[in-house]
Amino acid sequence: MFESLKGFGVTFGTMFKKVVTEEYPEVKKVTAPRFHGRHQLNRHPDGLEKCVGCELCAWACPADAIFVEGGDNTEDARYSPGERYGMDYQINYLRCIGCGLCIEACPTRSLTMTNEYELADDNRQDLIFTKEDLLAPLLPGMEQPPHPMRLGNNENDYYVNGPQLAKEAGQ
Amino acid sequence: MTIAPDKPTEAEVVVPEGHVKLVIDGETVVAPKGELLIRTAERLGTVIPRFCDHPLLEPAGACRQCLVEVEMGGRPMPKPQASCTMTVADGMVVKTQLTSPVADKAQQGVMELLLINHPLDCPICDKGGECPLQNQAIAHGRSDSRFHEHKRTFPKPINISTQVLLDRERCVLCQRCTRFSAQIAGDPFIELLERGALQQIGTAPEKPFQSYFSGNTIQICPVGALTSAAYRFRARPFDLVSTPSICEHCSSGCAERTDWRRGKVQRKLAGDDPQVNEEWICDKGRFAFRYATAEDRIKRPLVRDKESGELRESSWTEALRVAAEGLTAARDANGVGVLTGGRLTVEDAYAYSKFARIALHTNDIDFRARPHSAEELEFLSGTTVFTNPDNGVTFQGIEKAPAALLVAFEPEEEAPIVFLRLRKAARKGTTKVFHLGQFTTPAVEKTYGTLLACVPGAEANAINALPEHASDVVELLSKPGAVILVGERAAAIPGTFTAVARLAERTGAQVAWIPRRAGERGALAVGATPNLLPGGRHVANATARTEVERTWGVEEGSLPATPGRDTTGILEAAANGELSGLLIGGVDPFDLPDPRLAEKALAAAGFIVSLELRPSAVTAHADVVLPIAPAVEKSGSYLNWEGRRREFGTTLDGTSALPDCRVLDTLAVEMDADLFTQTPAASAADLARLGEGTPSGSSLNVAAPLVSPAGPGKAVLATWHRLIGNGSLQVDEPHLAGTARPVVAKIAEATAQQFGLVSGGYVTVSTERGAITLPVETDDLPEGVVWLPTNSGDVTVRATLGAGHGSIVSVSGGTS
Repeated sequence: MFESLKGFGVTFGTMFKKVVTEEYPEVKKVTAPRFHGRHQLNRHPDGLEKCVGCELCAWACPADAIFVEGGDNTEDARYSPGERYGMDYQINYLRCIGCGLCIEACPTRSLTMTNEYELADDNRQDLIFTKEDLLAPLLPGMEQPPHPMRLGNNENDYYVNGPQLAKEAGQ
Repeated sequence: MTIAPDKPTEAEVVVPEGHVKLVIDGETVVAPKGELLIRTAERLGTVIPRFCDHPLLEPAGACRQCLVEVEMGGRPMPKPQASCTMTVADGMVVKTQLTSPVADKAQQGVMELLLINHPLDCPICDKGGECPLQNQAIAHGRSDSRFHEHKRTFPKPINISTQVLLDRERCVLCQRCTRFSAQIAGDPFIELLERGALQQIGTAPEKPFQSYFSGNTIQICPVGALTSAAYRFRARPFDLVSTPSICEHCSSGCAERTDWRRGKVQRKLAGDDPQVNEEWICDKGRFAFRYATAEDRIKRPLVRDKESGELRESSWTEALRVAAEGLTAARDANGVGVLTGGRLTVEDAYAYSKFARIALHTNDIDFRARPHSAEELEFLSGTTVFTNPDNGVTFQGIEKAPAALLVAFEPEEEAPIVFLRLRKAARKGTTKVFHLGQFTTPAVEKTYGTLLACVPGAEANAINALPEHASDVVELLSKPGAVILVGERAAAIPGTFTAVARLAERTGAQVAWIPRRAGERGALAVGATPNLLPGGRHVANATARTEVERTWGVEEGSLPATPGRDTTGILEAAANGELSGLLIGGVDPFDLPDPRLAEKALAAAGFIVSLELRPSAVTAHADVVLPIAPAVEKSGSYLNWEGRRREFGTTLDGTSALPDCRVLDTLAVEMDADLFTQTPAASAADLARLGEGTPSGSSLNVAAPLVSPAGPGKAVLATWHRLIGNGSLQVDEPHLAGTARPVVAKIAEATAQQFGLVSGGYVTVSTERGAITLPVETDDLPEGVVWLPTNSGDVTVRATLGAGHGSIVSVSGGTS
């Protein structure tokens, strides 16, 4: 008799405690600000890509999840300031362990991680994210590459004074 | 526990003759006199950092990275010394960065100096990951720099040729590239310009870096200053798989390293083989590999549709059945001829040879897809086929030869690595090089050679006249070790092989035959010729035939006993119906001596089976086209011109492309014959069981022709192939094609005036078949001779003119 009361007591007591279950997916959990979520390839303020296709991320990756192939910027087709851009960029989220070594390796702060954690799918192919999936969306004032350098004459202007030049250009 | 032997004390070390004793980092070493300190240290396992030092280049002491502390005769030298320029001496005491803080600090200082103006380009630099500067900066540099000023900048990158890009900011002025170009290649198109901080590598205006060996400078550049246009930003060393391979382009058989990624070859680098190519390869070997991934490559078997008359894709089963039925029918009618081309591996050529004998019952097989003669065949089957590195001329033999006579052989264009050896030997001053040719080509100058000029076609007369007119040449050739190198062009000149053989007999000089294509020497060895069975056995020799019959396990007396037709004979027979079918592997009809005859034969032949990589003039006529694997997708071996077996493994595995030997094996099974060549390894083993035959000697007796003057308005044509031209293995290589030499005709000054031509103007060379108009340059050719590149740009001598070396052509002034 006493034993069952004790049991109900636990149930009753729990009713007043904070619940640990979440209303996912109706209510999405807000992660910690530095949560290692899906990657993003950032852009310069004028829309040019920051990625130079150097493959340091692929080199740093302990899970061999990243594939990069560089390409040559030409006068007619410019994707990033400078000589080189990432022509092909793929991250395989079946392999990625979210360690973040790739973003530490990135010399241009092109690759960063967002807080997006919804990385599940029902087939393998769709979990290999390509450059189109990973590139940051175009914000107002940005222009879809390829286009010439709008913020300066060479890549130094972008790396050294990028934000100021963007401000001056009214972006 | 390992027991280490007691180190000998200083007194016990025996110093052999010509050696000295010194101490490096406290360890006593014996080194041969004249050895550089940096190498002695390397033998001890101490790697001193360096940029400018290269074992095959002369010491320069340009980068100063290899500083060590040196003590001579008990007195220390006042400053650290560059170990790459200092030779060992008796009693020297050397302290490297391992034991001397002075040396270590000096090296760190030099590194800091080199990095002052070196840009932080590593992420976008192609050298990143395999960069000696990067590696040594980490190993021997400081972690931070004291310089905060702006770095010196240059506009970048600049194209010093279509395939070499120069980034001057990255250069550490080690001069490896300029020294290579000046010393090894002999093309000093790049040089140090300016002084001080602005010192830079550069080319003269309007004179790009057009060397056949420019790719080597990219490979030896210790920083990312020289990069390849074709490989630009393609990959990083860590994602490349490196496979050792052998170059498939010429008969030198250079060792290469093929780097590939995701099933695609990204680049080729020179391998290190001191006996063959040392550490160098030519640009064709380095840059021409995209033919294997060309858009139009044939991947599925094709069968000609009976109704539409067009080729259509089919299954292997169907294609092999149709091919086997067609070949059997043609064999039982008038017979089938086999043309194999000169690009096959030994294993594949062996399969063709065996297929012709067992499945087609014929000796009508010839590998020579170029001008050829019966005299050439007699020479090759009598002597060349039995040469090997142990009894014949070798690369190293050339280096030691007192004299080399080059007959109808343009080394830089036809076998570039032979050219490098000749230049190396001539540069040492021990070898005198004589070129029997038409004009002073760059190769003549760069080998410090003497031109023995003659009218095309008169080469044989010229050789016969040597004792009379150039007794010094004969005298030099009589010294032990002298060599005579004969090129493929000799086949176009009657009497040359006879004259060469006589000269060799007279002088005792060794003769080497250096063909242009990689597979020719191998095809000769395995009997892809009308008169030979594998191993140099003559088909008319009954004992040799029985030997082969026994080893092959075929009925005695089943091998055909009479020599077959050669390439031209096969084509003529096919054209007039004496042969009913053709089996053709990788032959371009426009390389043949008479392309029109080839076209006629292809049109007339009843049944044609073509084993090809890409559509060609042969596949246009073929009834069945069977796709085969390019060199990177199969294993095998080439015999280089020395007779040295150059084995290579499969680079790109699992592409499902089949080598010729496998295709022929299956085709033979369909025809009820067993070749036992399912794989290259099986083919090689089957060939090895045969062994070599016994030399029967050759009886060369072709008289040198009397060369008559060309007549008014006419000239004698001299022509040979250029290294970089319209070759079928050079498709899809725009960067390489950009470094081809300008396509011009050459003519003597006096002859030019006679025809009213001016240097820089245009000339029209014609025969009754066609005409070629191209810019003309005057040079030191004999009078009445005009030279054209055989197959470069718009100039296709064989296809347009139907002419060859020694033909009579009409010459007139032309406009572009």
